[in-house]
Amino acid sequence: MTDLRQALRGAALAIACLFAVGLGVQPARAEIEVNVNRGDVQPLPIAVPALGGGQVGADIAGVIAANLQRSGLFRPLDPASFTERDLSAAVQPNFASWKQINAQALVNGQVTMEGGRLKVDFRLWDVFAEQQLLGLQFTSSPENWRRVAHKISDAVYERLTGEKGYFDTRVVFVAESGGRTNKTKRLAIMDQDGANPSYLTDGAVTVMTPRFSSTSQEITYMALRPEGSSIYLFNLETGRRESLGDFKGMVFAPRFSPDGGKVAFSVERGGNSDIFVMDLHTRTSARLTSDPSIDTSASFSPDGSKIVFNSDRSGSPQLYVMGADGSNPKRITFQGGRYTAPVWSPTGEFIAFTKQTGGQFQIGVMRPDGGDERILTSGAMDEGPAWAPNGRVVMFSREAGGASRLWSVDVTGRVLQAMPYPGAGSDPAWSPLLN
Amino acid sequence: MVLTLNARSALRLALIGAATVSMAACATKPKPTYPTTTAAPPVQAPPAPDRGVAQQSLPANQGPLPGSQQDFVINVGDRIYFDLDSYAIRADAQALLDAQATWLKRYGATAIRIEGNCDELGTREYNLALGARRANAVRDYLVGRGVNGERITTVSFGKEKPIDGGSGEEANAKNRNGHTVLVSGAR
Repeated sequence: MTDLRQALRGAALAIACLFAVGLGVQPARAEIEVNVNRGDVQPLPIAVPALGGGQVGADIAGVIAANLQRSGLFRPLDPASFTERDLSAAVQPNFASWKQINAQALVNGQVTMEGGRLKVDFRLWDVFAEQQLLGLQFTSSPENWRRVAHKISDAVYERLTGEKGYFDTRVVFVAESGGRTNKTKRLAIMDQDGANPSYLTDGAVTVMTPRFSSTSQEITYMALRPEGSSIYLFNLETGRRESLGDFKGMVFAPRFSPDGGKVAFSVERGGNSDIFVMDLHTRTSARLTSDPSIDTSASFSPDGSKIVFNSDRSGSPQLYVMGADGSNPKRITFQGGRYTAPVWSPTGEFIAFTKQTGGQFQIGVMRPDGGDERILTSGAMDEGPAWAPNGRVVMFSREAGGASRLWSVDVTGRVLQAMPYPGAGSDPAWSPLLN
Repeated sequence: MVLTLNARSALRLALIGAATVSMAACATKPKPTYPTTTAAPPVQAPPAPDRGVAQQSLPANQGPLPGSQQDFVINVGDRIYFDLDSYAIRADAQALLDAQATWLKRYGATAIRIEGNCDELGTREYNLALGARRANAVRDYLVGRGVNGERITTVSFGKEKPIDGGSGEEANAKNRNGHTVLVSGAR
């Protein structure tokens, strides 16, 4: 293991320690804030000069630098400070010139066209150890150059942090337009960096709460009509869409099980909402709760054995964990405030939630037993957390000036920023890593 | 019912006139009631099919046709309001719901949908559940007053369909409501 990786690991450890002692750190409010003064966490200075091979090489480097910057763990250096101008992917860099600007890591590479295909060689260097950490080649169709940049970003992130990346992913969300009393809500999809946004539905019907399968490019979401609601399964690759079925009463709050084989959701009958689960192969449903309270927002643990959900059975909305068969529900929130919208992290480490207290809406995370609560954001209307597939970043919506925007925050609360998507949006859902 | 633009304008005027009549009635009587002007068109028995005739006999600036959507909205009222995070029918909503029940029993061919709505002080999925409770609380009240439950459907819009786009308690109080909508059978 290199010194570089140890340094980043140290940073990750420092983050974990901060979490464990539950320091009451004020959430950041700026559009982009990377607070390098907190604890030992210093973003790693990294140089990402334009890859050789013309404009597409420069564009790929730009996407990589932006991804690493937004993670909060890296500080891409200003290309104007680079002194070695003619890097070749085939030759070792001149480490002295990169040490001079204090670049700890360096990404270089070369783009070529071969038989109509884009071929990208890239290497990751530890500047002070003067050694290559990674050397990979990607080929794709030329229009997929952004995905190549995301895959390189993921490779760099994983090599230097020891954790999986989350850059070659997409986000499904609800694109909003119109005023508050006449909102149009459309399903939309974009890359995790806000690029390539497109609509999946036309806005004729209000859609809400999309959720990704963690195993496939499939989503489940809810459509709300005056005549009632429906839950849909929608395969983004085939375009195939199907209803979960006809139910008496409202159906809402769908979430996939970790293996993608089941959907947990709420069914309302006579005003009472309970949690059901449907096996997608047999199309049979089982009822998991039968309390005369509101039971909703079920979310599976990543091993599929447990479900966290929202219930007001104690008199106010709180979070409960039960077995995936509905057994043994136990309340986990006792800190005061109203807790809703729980989402179990893909690593199993945390449960993210929305908390209302003191007139604020907050996004927070806690351990699955309710311990170590940490509030990451606070605003007039922060809600709807969704996890990046590596469990390090939470996306949510924040309302300001009557419009809802997508934001993200890392699990430490240190890196809070608006998503680089200019439109109004809510209810984000993060895809697993693409294949 | 399809109306031309001119017919719509005429209807608007008619509604304003009716509202004035109705408010005057409220000032002198304890309960809202139907317009008592003698010029009201003859009431047809509920199953009577000749709606066209009834429409043509309406003179200008007349109150809304009894048994119509407009009659229900203006003379009875189609919305009641709830307290924060509550689905209990408030005492001040009972008179209006009683009038809804009376009207619905009088016009027995009508069917209604009750829409439960919430303010923004709650998250999306929780509010869908809360709105469903509100819609069903209204439904249960009307059934308790003798309206056949078969004529009633319910839906929750959660916080998706606010009638006041503002923030703060004034807007929130309006947005916590149960809305009764005639879906069929109105004149």
